[in-house]
Amino acid sequence: MSRKVLLIEDEPNITEAIRFLLTREGWVVETHAEGGNAVETILAARPDLVILDVMLPGKSGMDVLRELREHADMKALPVLMLTARGQSRDREMAEKAGVSRFMTKPFSNVEVLTAVRDLYAQASRS
Amino acid sequence: MATMNILILVCLGYVVLLFGVAFAADRMAAAGRGRWLRSPLIYTLSLSIYCTAWTFYGAVGSAARSGLEFVTIYLGPTLVMISWWWGLRKLVRVGRSQRVTSIADLISSRYGKSNTLAICVTILAVLGGTPYIALQLQSITLSFSIFAEADPSGLYREGASVFWVAAGLAVFAILFGTRNLDANERHHGVVTAIALESVVKLFALLAVGIFVVWGIAGGVTPMMERIDASEIGRWNVDAGRWMTITFLSAAAFVCLPRMFQVMVVENDDEAHLRTAAWAFPLYLLLMSLFVVPIAVVGLDLLPAGSNPDLFVLTVPLSQGNDWLAMLSFIGGFSSATSMVIVTAMALSTMVSNHVVMPIWLNTRERRSSISGDVRNVVLMARRISIAAIMALGFFYYRLSGGGAALASIGLVAFAGISQILPALVGGLFWRGATRTGALVGLSVGFGLWVYTLLLPGMGGGIMSASVIENGPFGMGWLRPQALFGLEGLDPMTHTVLWSLSLNALAFCVASLLSFPSPLERLQGAQFVNVFDHSVAPGGWTGSVAQSEDLMIMTQRILGAAPAQEFFQAEAERQGVRGRLPEPTPGFLERLERELSGSVGAATAHAMIGQIVGGSSVSVEDLLAVADESAQLLEYSSQLEAKSAELTRTARKLREANEKLTQISMQKDAFLGQVSHELRTPMTSIRAFSEIMRDTDGLSADETRRYATIIHDEALRLTRLLDDLLDLSVLENGQVNLNMGEASLRTVLDRAVSTALAGAERRLKVRRSLPSERVALHTDLDRLGQVFINLISNAQKYCDAAEPTLTISAHDVGGQLVIDFVDNGSGVPADAQSMVFEKFARVGFDKAGGAGLGLAICREIMQRLGGEIVYLPGQGGAAFRVSLPLAHRQAAQ
Repeated sequence: MSRKVLLIEDEPNITEAIRFLLTREGWVVETHAEGGNAVETILAARPDLVILDVMLPGKSGMDVLRELREHADMKALPVLMLTARGQSRDREMAEKAGVSRFMTKPFSNVEVLTAVRDLYAQASRS
Repeated sequence: MATMNILILVCLGYVVLLFGVAFAADRMAAAGRGRWLRSPLIYTLSLSIYCTAWTFYGAVGSAARSGLEFVTIYLGPTLVMISWWWGLRKLVRVGRSQRVTSIADLISSRYGKSNTLAICVTILAVLGGTPYIALQLQSITLSFSIFAEADPSGLYREGASVFWVAAGLAVFAILFGTRNLDANERHHGVVTAIALESVVKLFALLAVGIFVVWGIAGGVTPMMERIDASEIGRWNVDAGRWMTITFLSAAAFVCLPRMFQVMVVENDDEAHLRTAAWAFPLYLLLMSLFVVPIAVVGLDLLPAGSNPDLFVLTVPLSQGNDWLAMLSFIGGFSSATSMVIVTAMALSTMVSNHVVMPIWLNTRERRSSISGDVRNVVLMARRISIAAIMALGFFYYRLSGGGAALASIGLVAFAGISQILPALVGGLFWRGATRTGALVGLSVGFGLWVYTLLLPGMGGGIMSASVIENGPFGMGWLRPQALFGLEGLDPMTHTVLWSLSLNALAFCVASLLSFPSPLERLQGAQFVNVFDHSVAPGGWTGSVAQSEDLMIMTQRILGAAPAQEFFQAEAERQGVRGRLPEPTPGFLERLERELSGSVGAATAHAMIGQIVGGSSVSVEDLLAVADESAQLLEYSSQLEAKSAELTRTARKLREANEKLTQISMQKDAFLGQVSHELRTPMTSIRAFSEIMRDTDGLSADETRRYATIIHDEALRLTRLLDDLLDLSVLENGQVNLNMGEASLRTVLDRAVSTALAGAERRLKVRRSLPSERVALHTDLDRLGQVFINLISNAQKYCDAAEPTLTISAHDVGGQLVIDFVDNGSGVPADAQSMVFEKFARVGFDKAGGAGLGLAICREIMQRLGGEIVYLPGQGGAAFRVSLPLAHRQAAQ
C-alpha cells in the first residue's frame, strides 16, 4: 500500500525539492499551490500526511489547519508545518491550531525526512 | 435752709445713678440680655436729647419774651419726623449699611471717602458744638446760682462747680462712650442713661407745669383766662422768622452731630423709626404743653427784671416748694448733661477719626512701618478728643463770661450746622452730586455763616462796628447783615437765606461742572439706591441661632471636622456648655481670621457681616470681594488653560504612542516578511545543494537543472537585498539625487532595452515618439529605475495572449504625465490601493521580485518631486508617473 503525502506549498522550487526527497522514500507526492481550497483538496485526497506552508496565497496555513481540525476524521492526520517567517508567535499559534510538527525554513533534508518518518510511524501505531 | 447742700447731694446722687444705669445697661448688652435696651421706646427717648437745657429753660424764657415763637423749635423736628420719615429711613439705612460713625464720616463716605470733606464737616461741627456745650454749662451754673442766692450758706462756688461738672461729664463720656473701638457699635449704657434723663426732664417739666396750672392758677379755665389776659397770648407772628427758625430746627435735627449719633449710629433697627415718627412729636408736644402757662404765671408772680429763662426754677421756689424746684433743677441738669455727653462723643469720634488718626498715621509712616495694635491709639485719640472738646466748651464758657450772648448761641449753632444739609440731602437723593460740589457748597455756606452771623454776633470787637455798619472797606453791598443790599431782615433770617441758598446753588453748579471719580460714582449709587442694594438690617441678637448659621457657613468653607473643632475650642474658651460658643466680638474676630485664610479677608468679613452684623455689605467690601473673585477667576482660568494644555499633551502622547505601536507592528510585519523573503530562496538553495551533495546518480540534466535553481535563487536573494538597501536609503531620505539632462525619449529607450533584455516572453511596447520630445532635468538613473520597474512588471505579469504595453506622455495641468498601460487583466479593484505597499504582491505570480519594486518607485517619485499612482479603469494594469513642470523644458 502506497503512502500518500499532500504538499501544500506555493514556492515551486521548494515543492520540487520536497517532491524529489519524498518520492525517493517511496511516497506518493501530491501538490497543491494555494490556501484558498486547500482544505477541500485534503478532504478529497485523503493523504497519510500533509506538509503545509504558512504563507500561502488565498488563505494562510494556520487557517487551513484550524478548519481541517474541525473535521472529526481529520483530527489525527499528521500535519507538518513549514514557515519562513521564523517568529516564535507562529509556533504557538500553530500548536494551538493542532499542528503535529512545526519546522522553520530553511531546513535540512534529513530533518524533513526524519520528521515525516516519525509522524508516519506515530500515526500508524495509534 | 440747707437746700444748697441737699441739692449738691441730690445732684451727686443723680450722677451716681446715671453711672449705675449706664454701667448696668452695658453689662446687660454685653451679656446679650435686656432686649428692652433695644426697644423703640428707648430709641425715641434717646432722640429727645434734641431738647437741651436751652429748650428746657429757654423755651419758657423765649415764650415770656417773644410769645409763641418757641413753638418753631419743636415744629421743625416734628415736621421732619412726620412728613420726612422716609428720608430719615434712607439716612439710617445708608448709615448702617456703610457702617458710618458720624455725620462727617457719612459725608466723606458719600463723596468718595474724601477726608478733606470730613475735616470740613468736623470743623463746622466743632465750631457749632463748642458754644453749645458752653451754653449747657452756663445753664447748670445759672440754675445753681438761683439756689445759691436762696441759700448763701451752701458749699457752692461757681467756678469750681462748672469745672467739676465739665470734668464729670468728660469722665462719663470717656467711660461709656469709648469702651469699644468700633464706633459703629451701640453704646447701650450711654443711650439708656440718656433715655432715663429724657424721662426725668419730661417728668420735671410736667410736674412744674401741673403745679403752675392747678397749684397756682387754680385749674385749666382760670389759666386760659390768665393767658388771654397776658401779652404772650397775642398772636404776634413774624412769618419770615417763624419759617426760618422752623426750617433751621428741622435742618439741625437732621444735621446736628449728636442727633446723628442717636438717630443713625445708635440705631438698632430701622423699624424703631416707625415708632419714633409719632412718639417723638408726642414727646415734644408734652415738653411744650406747659411752657406758656409757666411763662405767664412767672411774669405775673415774679418781680419785673427777673430772668424768664429760669422761671421753671424760680416759680416753684417763690412758692416755697423747694422739692419741686429741686426736681426741676434735676430736669434741667439732665437736659444739659445728656446733650453734653452725646455731643462730646459724636465730636470726639469725628475729631479722632478724621483729624487725629490721619495725622498720626502719616507721621508714623514716615518714621517706621505701622506695627502692632492701632486699637489703643484710636481709643486714646478718642478719649483725648472728648477731654479736649469738653475743655474747649469749658474755656469758651469762661472766656465769654456767661453773658447774654450765649442765649442766641443755640440758633447760631443751628444755622452753622445746617450748612451740611445740601451736601447731605443731595448725597442721598442725587447721584450727580460730586465731592467738588459738596466742598464748594460747604465752603460757601460756611463762609457766609461766619461772615454774616458768627462774627457780627460774637461782640467783643472781633468784627468792628464800622464793618457791620458800612461793610468792609466801605463797600456797602458787603455789609454782613445786609448782604447784596438785602435790608430789613432779621439777621438770622438774612443769614439762613443767603448762606443756605448760595450753598445749595454752589453745590449744584459745582457738581454739574465737575466729574466724579469711580469710587464717588459707586458710593453715590450705593447711597441713592440704598434700598435696592441692601437688605433691611435686623438687630444683632447674639442668639444661638446665629452661632448655628455661623457654624453652617464655616463648615461649608473649612469642612465639617475643622469647623467643629474650631467651634468646640471657642466654646471651651468661653466656658459655654455645648458645641456652640456665644457670638462675642472676640470670637467673631477669630472666626473671621480663620475664614479669611480660606476665602480671603474681604469675603470673610462680608460673610460674617451678613450673618451677624445685620449691616449690609459696603461698596468697598464688594469691591474687595470682586477683587478676590477676579484673582480666583484668573487663577482658575490659568488652571483651566493648564488643564487644556495637559489634555492636549496627553492626546498627543496617546497619538504618538498609537503611532509608535502601529509602527512597531508594521516593523514586526516587515521583519516577518523580510525573513520570509530571505528564507524562501535559502530553503530552495539549501535543499537542492543537499540533494546534489547527498544523491548519487543524478543525471546531467538533473544536475544542471538543480544548479540553475540554486543560481536563480541566489540571484533572487541578491536582488532582494539590493531592493531592501535601496528602499531603506530612499525612506531615510539619505539619497543624493544625481541631476542630469536628457530627453524623455532617451530615458525610455534605455529603460525598455534594459527591462526586456533576456526576457523569455516577448512584450510589445508601443510608444508615441513625438510626445516624448521633452527635455528632462532630473535624476535620470532614478527615473529610469522607475520606468524599468514598470516595464518589467508588465513583461512579467501581463496575462494577455499578446502582451502589449502602451507608453504615452502628456502635458496635464502643467505636469509631465507618462502613462504605462498594458492589455492584461490588471490589478483587482480591492488590491489597487495596496500595490505600492512593501511586499504587496497582490494577485501577482511571484516569479519576479520581492514585492518591493513599486514601493521603491513611489519613494523615488517622491524624491523627484512627482508621484506615481495606479490608474483604474484602463483595461489592463495602468500606472501614471507625473513630474512637475519645473523639471520640464521646451520641446527640442
